[in-house]
Amino acid sequence: MFVKQISVFLENKSGRLAEVTGILGKHDIDISALSIADTTDFGILRLIVNKPDLALQVLKENGFTVSATDVIAIAVEDKPGGLAKVLEILYRRDIGIEYMYAFVGKVTDQALVILKVEKADEAIEVLRENNVKILPAEEVYAL
Amino acid sequence: MRYWDEHIECMDRSTLQEIQFKRLVETVKRVYTSVPYYRKKMQERGIIPEDIKSLDDLKKLPFTTKQDLRENYPYGLFAVPLSEIVRIHASSGTTGKPTVVGYTKHDIGIWSEVMARTLVAAGADKHSFVQIAYGYGLFTGGLGVHYGAERIGASVIPISSGNTRRQIQLMVDFGTTVLACTPSYALYLAETMEEMGIDKSQLKLKSGVFGAEPWSENMRKEIELKLNIKAYDIYGLSEIIGPGVSFECEYQCGMHINEDHFLPEIINPETGEVLGEGEYGELVFTTITKEGLPLIRYRTRDITTLHYDRCKCGRTLVRMEKVIGRTDDMIIIRGVNVFPSQIESVLLEMGEVEPHYQLIVDRVNNLDVLEVLVEVSERMFSDEVKKLEQLEKKITKAIEETLGISVKVRLVEPKTLERSEGKAKRVIDKRKI
Ligand SMILES: [Zn+2]
Repeated sequence: MFVKQISVFLENKSGRLAEVTGILGKHDIDISALSIADTTDFGILRLIVNKPDLALQVLKENGFTVSATDVIAIAVEDKPGGLAKVLEILYRRDIGIEYMYAFVGKVTDQALVILKVEKADEAIEVLRENNVKILPAEEVYAL
Repeated sequence: MRYWDEHIECMDRSTLQEIQFKRLVETVKRVYTSVPYYRKKMQERGIIPEDIKSLDDLKKLPFTTKQDLRENYPYGLFAVPLSEIVRIHASSGTTGKPTVVGYTKHDIGIWSEVMARTLVAAGADKHSFVQIAYGYGLFTGGLGVHYGAERIGASVIPISSGNTRRQIQLMVDFGTTVLACTPSYALYLAETMEEMGIDKSQLKLKSGVFGAEPWSENMRKEIELKLNIKAYDIYGLSEIIGPGVSFECEYQCGMHINEDHFLPEIINPETGEVLGEGEYGELVFTTITKEGLPLIRYRTRDITTLHYDRCKCGRTLVRMEKVIGRTDDMIIIRGVNVFPSQIESVLLEMGEVEPHYQLIVDRVNNLDVLEVLVEVSERMFSDEVKKLEQLEKKITKAIEETLGISVKVRLVEPKTLERSEGKAKRVIDKRKI
């Protein structure tokens, strides 16, 4: 049920992001979602790609500090309050969200969101109970 | 009053050498009989005190290093019963263990005397108000200058370091005439004065004695201009006695060494061979009057040279040039000795097998700042900003606790720190001094 996210450590200097995407492109790896969390000194680039294992390997080979993390991909109704409903469910079960971000440029009637939560298994359970659509990994990678 | 002790400071060199020789022989006998470590070292070299027949025989004696002090931590090299030690000082060490030094009542007397010479050469007398903004405590700076100022009968303002605005207010209110602190702090005081809207004309300041860190002629000019004083360089190290080992006179052409107490040599740091006048090498001192912790041929690791010609001030005491470097990779930050190895051990303790790091030293607003760059390895990395920030804080705290000074830790990408021949360049000193 989990989606493998690739996280890359980046110093805040120009050109680094282009380098990562360049390496991935060269290996024919497709990015379906991406976010950058940054501080004044450094940033963490988070990626959902179609070939996470290969991405991990080639980025490591190119000297980046990389890790793979399990995250949850959900689909919410693309209308006001759609996301709020999901967050409310997690909040009521006291499941904290570490971070979240949306997919890039996907035109559907659903908004696709990546969630990293504290208690992942419990989160899956409660989302299911409430009929929130959880996307299987293969489907996400193929996007 | 130009000299504190004209008889000694301007003595002809042959008489001085007679005194030095007599005292050297006494010191060698003392350490041979009272310090088993020295006796053993001399026996290993096949030397007995009677072998010292002239000053030139000094070179037969073994060297003492900081490592020797550490191995004998804390009191192993003391030459008197501990009941006769009236003061303990200490400096920070590379391995966490400080270097401990001890003084008898007589030693404190000598220290007061050499600091009195230092202050008088910088224009102080019993009418002076001496503001001591060196740290008081285990560091020898504060109390060393304090005792010298008391000896000449000056009015001492023992304010210690920090509290900059208050320092300036008291300088104005109390009519401070002599300032004693690190040179970078003197500049910081000058800048803070400007911020406070206090003009140098409101001060009665005439001179300053500045030491405990390297500084340049440009910095001297800046201090002299901004505070409207004459700025004197002083030199010392706790192992030898503290501040007062050598001092500048009004001609500012090198620091006169108090040679009747501390016998200097310049050696080739690689071979240990004694070098001639004007040649650059490692400065080595033998204390010839100290009771508590006499040191034979102590290697300071400071690189400089000596000049024996008579100074325009009339003093015959030898002059050492400003220290131009160190024999090891030690860096001095705000008067504190910092070794890359200390940072390395902190990172190793945090679970890094082979930490890659770099120290960047710079001077911002006339204060030294230390930035520590740490390459992020996979074990340290997390996909959460919060965790990386916690890691940064944890490293910062651990380094600050080890060094005793504040640092800025910055996480950087792996393999981005400069390496030469596979070896990392650990220190980048950007200070323009
Ligand atoms: Zn002179």
